[in-house]
Amino acid sequence: MHAASAPLTKPGWLRELIAVWGYAQRNYYLTKRYVLWEVVWLVYTTMNALTIGFIGVGSGGSAEEIARLTTFLLIGSMVWSYLSMIFDLLSETVSWERWEGTIEYTFMSPASRVTQLLGMGVYAIVYGMARVIVMLIAISFFFDLSLGDANYLGAAGILAVCSVSLVGFGMVAAVMPLLSPEKGQQVTSIVTAVLLLISGIYYSIDVLPGWMQPLAYLSPVYYALDGIRETLLEGQTFGSQWDNIWPLLIMGAVFPPLGLWLFQRGEHYAKRTGRLKRAG
Amino acid sequence: MTLEKIQRAKHALELRNIDKRFKKGRKDYAYALKSVSLTLNRGEVVGILGPNGSGKSTLIRVISTLTLPDSGEVDVFGIDAVKHPKEVQRYMNRVSVEASFFKKLSSMENLIFGAKLYGVTDRESKPMIREILDGIGFDFTRVNEPMEHLSRGMQQKIALARALLTSPMLMLLDEPTTGLDPRSKKDVQELIRAIRADHESSILLCTHDMGEAEELCDRIGILLNGELIALDTAENLKRQHQVGDRPPTLEEVFMAATGTTLEEAEFENKDEKKAA
Ligand SMILES: Nc1ncnc2c1ncn2[C@@H]1O[C@H](COP(=O)(O)OP(=O)(O)OP(=O)(O)O)[C@@H](O)[C@H]1O
Ligand SMILES: [Mg+2]
Repeated sequence: MHAASAPLTKPGWLRELIAVWGYAQRNYYLTKRYVLWEVVWLVYTTMNALTIGFIGVGSGGSAEEIARLTTFLLIGSMVWSYLSMIFDLLSETVSWERWEGTIEYTFMSPASRVTQLLGMGVYAIVYGMARVIVMLIAISFFFDLSLGDANYLGAAGILAVCSVSLVGFGMVAAVMPLLSPEKGQQVTSIVTAVLLLISGIYYSIDVLPGWMQPLAYLSPVYYALDGIRETLLEGQTFGSQWDNIWPLLIMGAVFPPLGLWLFQRGEHYAKRTGRLKRAG
Repeated sequence: MTLEKIQRAKHALELRNIDKRFKKGRKDYAYALKSVSLTLNRGEVVGILGPNGSGKSTLIRVISTLTLPDSGEVDVFGIDAVKHPKEVQRYMNRVSVEASFFKKLSSMENLIFGAKLYGVTDRESKPMIREILDGIGFDFTRVNEPMEHLSRGMQQKIALARALLTSPMLMLLDEPTTGLDPRSKKDVQELIRAIRADHESSILLCTHDMGEAEELCDRIGILLNGELIALDTAENLKRQHQVGDRPPTLEEVFMAATGTTLEEAEFENKDEKKAA
């Protein structure tokens, strides 16, 4: 029987690396299987971005002012669609695993949680980038944008730094569906909605009530948007955005380990109380 | 080095006084395992018989690191699986009654994913998948269909393949043949027999099927209400419970040991559940 047996002798680091690829590939398979839904979703978010862009067009003022506001709004829309996707992908994959019951198989496998986070995180970032590029192309047909001075590289750098903290943030949020697949997803939806409200996606946070404004400083999305707008609209350099970058670096250093730690606490709790079981 | 330690270990599995209870209400607990001790030798197949709710699945979950015991020790190849789960997970795998998969993905995709979590690459897994599936009579032409299109029996075969792909030295089988048609049941049992003949893996097999237990297992344990009330070879169990001059069947042993037949025990358990 099982003649060609899989080698048990691979070093640990190589096994983990193969598993990172496994997690990323698994999410790719899921995207592929739901490709029609993915297209629908992409069209929907693109339409949404267009709608918001047209608010800018209809705002009145000089052509230059209009272009500026439109660009301001569209940057918000695109950055939000990218960052919220990273966040959602992580927590949604975990709720999915809970529904299907495959989470038991992930948890009893030798691959570590860091590996799982890396695999899903890498996929989320690559897939998110691909979507944003498609959206950008579609949107560029509709609007006169004020991107004459844009520093694209600087903006991409800020987005990259922010992605790391969003992956960690997603892992924090994934603890909820881990403990309860029904209620968990509801909680993460609320978290998403709060982020949308406080991060200054379509407006400067100055317009928020005074007590709400400090909340924005806790959101990585706020710093990313502020930095990206400066680099794209004003052509600022990456270095000049240090005020936005250092909070992102701190959050990028804090959220992933925090997410992992919380997730492992959740896993331990679930294993102690029998939360993982569905049937049998 | 873990692998060397594991290869030198005398026993595949050693459980000492495992207790596990689950909270049902404010001060109400379901006692799933009560002081269960058990040793599984290398290359041995031990069967666990028990009615519904007797704790079989909990036992398997505790060993496979999915449930933490309240007290007691679990040694897998001499390594404490509760304290060092990551060290032993590579060497065991589990097949459970409910075949949990991403049902929208194909069998191939699910298997490739399952194998990678154990560090098995596509290049290693693909030929094995072919070989294993042919061996258990799974129609290989259907390997790229979404799994939701497959019958339960076919899904169960994929679940077995997922475990075999990682070449586990300890196999935990939780009712692997429940719900399969006679033909598929035979295929799966044949496969377990082949693994056994290999002497490479040790197997813990929970089942409802007396015949299966008797045919496939070196020793048989009886689990009732979380207690392991017997554990011996089928012959010894029969000898111990012999009354007249005709050796009893395993069914009769079960009845004598538990005071009920397997069917009755299940029936009572269902009633209990309804009453609760
Ligand atoms: N995760 C859990 N949460 C709460 N109670 C549980 C959990 N798992 C098991 N139990 C309880 O522990 C007892 C043993 O259940 P278990 O699933 O181990 O039995 P079993 O022998 O596998 O039954 P079956 O033959 O129906 O599969 C039952 O009373 C069950 O309700
Ligand atoms: Mg069970």
